[in-house]
Amino acid sequence: MGLGSDMYRQQILDHYKNPRNKGKIPDPDFTHIGENPSCGDRVEININLSEDEETIEQVAFSGDGCAISQAAASMLSKELRGMTLSELEEMGTDDITEMLGVEISPMRIKCAVLARQVAQDGAAIYQGELDADTPTNV
Amino acid sequence: MGTQTSYPLDVGSIRADFPILDRQIGGDIENAGAGSDGDTPLVYLDNAATSQTPKAVVESLVEYYYEYNANVHRGIHHLSQEASVAYEDAHDRVAEFIGAAGREEIIFTKNTTESMNLVAYAWGLQELGPGDTVVLSEMEHHASLVTWQQIAKRTGAEIEYIRVDEAGYLDMEHADELIDDSTAMVSVVHISNTLGTVTPVETLADMVHAHDGYLFVDGAQSAPTQPVDVEAMDTDFFAFSGHKMCGPTGIGVLYGKESILSSMQPYLYGGEMIRSVTYEDSSWEELPWKFEAGTPVIAQAIGLHAAIDYLEDIGMDAVRTHEAELASYAYEELSQFEDIEVYGPPGTDRGGLVAFNLEGVHAHDLSTILNDYGVAIRAGDHCTQPLHDKLGVPASTRASFYIYNTREEVDALVDAVDGARQLFR
Repeated sequence: MGLGSDMYRQQILDHYKNPRNKGKIPDPDFTHIGENPSCGDRVEININLSEDEETIEQVAFSGDGCAISQAAASMLSKELRGMTLSELEEMGTDDITEMLGVEISPMRIKCAVLARQVAQDGAAIYQGELDADTPTNV
Repeated sequence: MGTQTSYPLDVGSIRADFPILDRQIGGDIENAGAGSDGDTPLVYLDNAATSQTPKAVVESLVEYYYEYNANVHRGIHHLSQEASVAYEDAHDRVAEFIGAAGREEIIFTKNTTESMNLVAYAWGLQELGPGDTVVLSEMEHHASLVTWQQIAKRTGAEIEYIRVDEAGYLDMEHADELIDDSTAMVSVVHISNTLGTVTPVETLADMVHAHDGYLFVDGAQSAPTQPVDVEAMDTDFFAFSGHKMCGPTGIGVLYGKESILSSMQPYLYGGEMIRSVTYEDSSWEELPWKFEAGTPVIAQAIGLHAAIDYLEDIGMDAVRTHEAELASYAYEELSQFEDIEVYGPPGTDRGGLVAFNLEGVHAHDLSTILNDYGVAIRAGDHCTQPLHDKLGVPASTRASFYIYNTREEVDALVDAVDGARQLFR
C-alpha cells in the first residue's frame, strides 16, 4: 500500500462508514456550519455545554463529503466531549493529525481540519469573539 | 491487454517525444508501508486539465531564448526583427490551423478564460443592456458562465441556459425556444469538459444569426482534439488554450471575425497597441495588435506554433479518432460495474474524456488512492459546479486522454478503481 492509501487505515474507514455522534442536538448551546469548497465537504457541529458554560458535554455532527473530512468530524465529536472551550481553541493541525493517527497529504489537510475549524469558529461566535454570520471555509 | 492493439496514430513513437511519461510516481502498490512511494509508472490521464509537452515544443522555447530573445515590434536590431517575424508567423499559423482568414482575426491572450473576458468586457459591457439576453448552456465552464453572469449583472442583460437532457445532450428544441430577437450572444462550450458532449455549434450559429446575435464557441477541449474550421462553423468568436494542446502555459487564442473585432474597443491599454499618443488622446493599432497591449506572449506564441506543427504532423483527424476510441473504451469498461456511474453520452461522438463516480467513495478519496497506482486524474467539479448540482453530485472523477495514451492505461485506471473499491468495502 502506498502513502495515499495509508490515509485510509481501518480507523478512518470505520469512522467514515459508522460515524459516531452523527445527527443533531435539539436546541444546542451553539451550532455552526463550515465548508471546504475544494472538496465540497460540509460539516455542521452542534454543541451543548455543562453548567459551567465552559466544558463541552454533548457533541453532534452532520454533513457530507470525503472520507477524511467525515471521519475527522466523527473522531473529533468523541474527542471534544469533556474538553473546555479554551482547550478547543488551542487545538492545532498537529492535534488533528495525531487524532487521525495517519499522515495527511498537503492536498488533503483542509479536509482533515474542517470539523475542528467549524467547532472553533462556533465557539468563538458563542463567546462573542466572532460575528455570528462569519462563514467558515477552509 | 496483451493482444496487439492498432491505433489511428503511432502511440509508441509519440510517447518517445514526451520524456515526462517515463516518470515514476505514486506508491508501491505491491508492498505496504510508508516510504514506498515513487516507484510506480505514471499513467497520465489529466489531459483535459493540461497536456504534456513534446520535446519539439520545449526545444522551440530553448531556441528562442538561446538564439533570438528580444522584444517585438520596437527594436530595429536584428534579434528584434527575428522575434517579431516569429511572433507574427505564429498568428498566421494559428489562423491556418483553425481556418481563419488571417492574422487580423487571431488575438493572443493568456488562456481561454482571458479570451472570454476580452469579449465580455470589450463587446459585452458596451453592447449589452436591459432587454438583451445572453444564452449559455447548462454545461458551461465557469470561464464562460461566471464571466457572462457578472457582465449581465453590470449591464442589466439576462442570462438563459439551454437545457442538457438526461443523456447529456444539449436540448436543441429548447435552444430554438430561447434564441430570439432579444438574444445578443450565444456562448457555448464546444466539447463539455465534464460530459464530453459535443455541441452542434453550426446549428446554433444558424439559429443566433437568424436573430442578428453573435456566437462564441469555447474551444478549450475541441481545438486540441479535433479539426476545427471556424469559417465552416460560422462562429463569430472561438477561444482555446495552448497548454491543452502540447503548447506551453500562458498562451490562449481568441478568434474573432474581422468585421466584429474592428468595431470593438480595446480591452487593455498600453504599449504595443497604439498608433499615436498625445497628452490628450490616443489612436489604436491595426488588428490584431489593438488587442495585445504590453509586451506580448512571445515565447509562448513560438511554442504554440511548434505545438501546432507537431499536432498537424500527426494529423488532427487521427487525433480525433484516437481520442474517441479511448474515451469510448473507457466509458464501456467503467460502465460494466454497477457501482460506477458514468456521465455524458456513450459512443464515439464525444470528447476524449470520461467523468464518473464510484458509489460510496468521494471523488477526492478515489483520486488519492488512484495516485498510489500512478494514475493521475482530476477530481472535483471541473469548474462546472452548477452542472454537478444538476447531476446531484458534489464532485466527480475525470479521466481525460491524449495522443500518447493507450488502452493499457485505461485498463490500469479500471484496476486502480477496483483497488479503491476493495479498500472501502
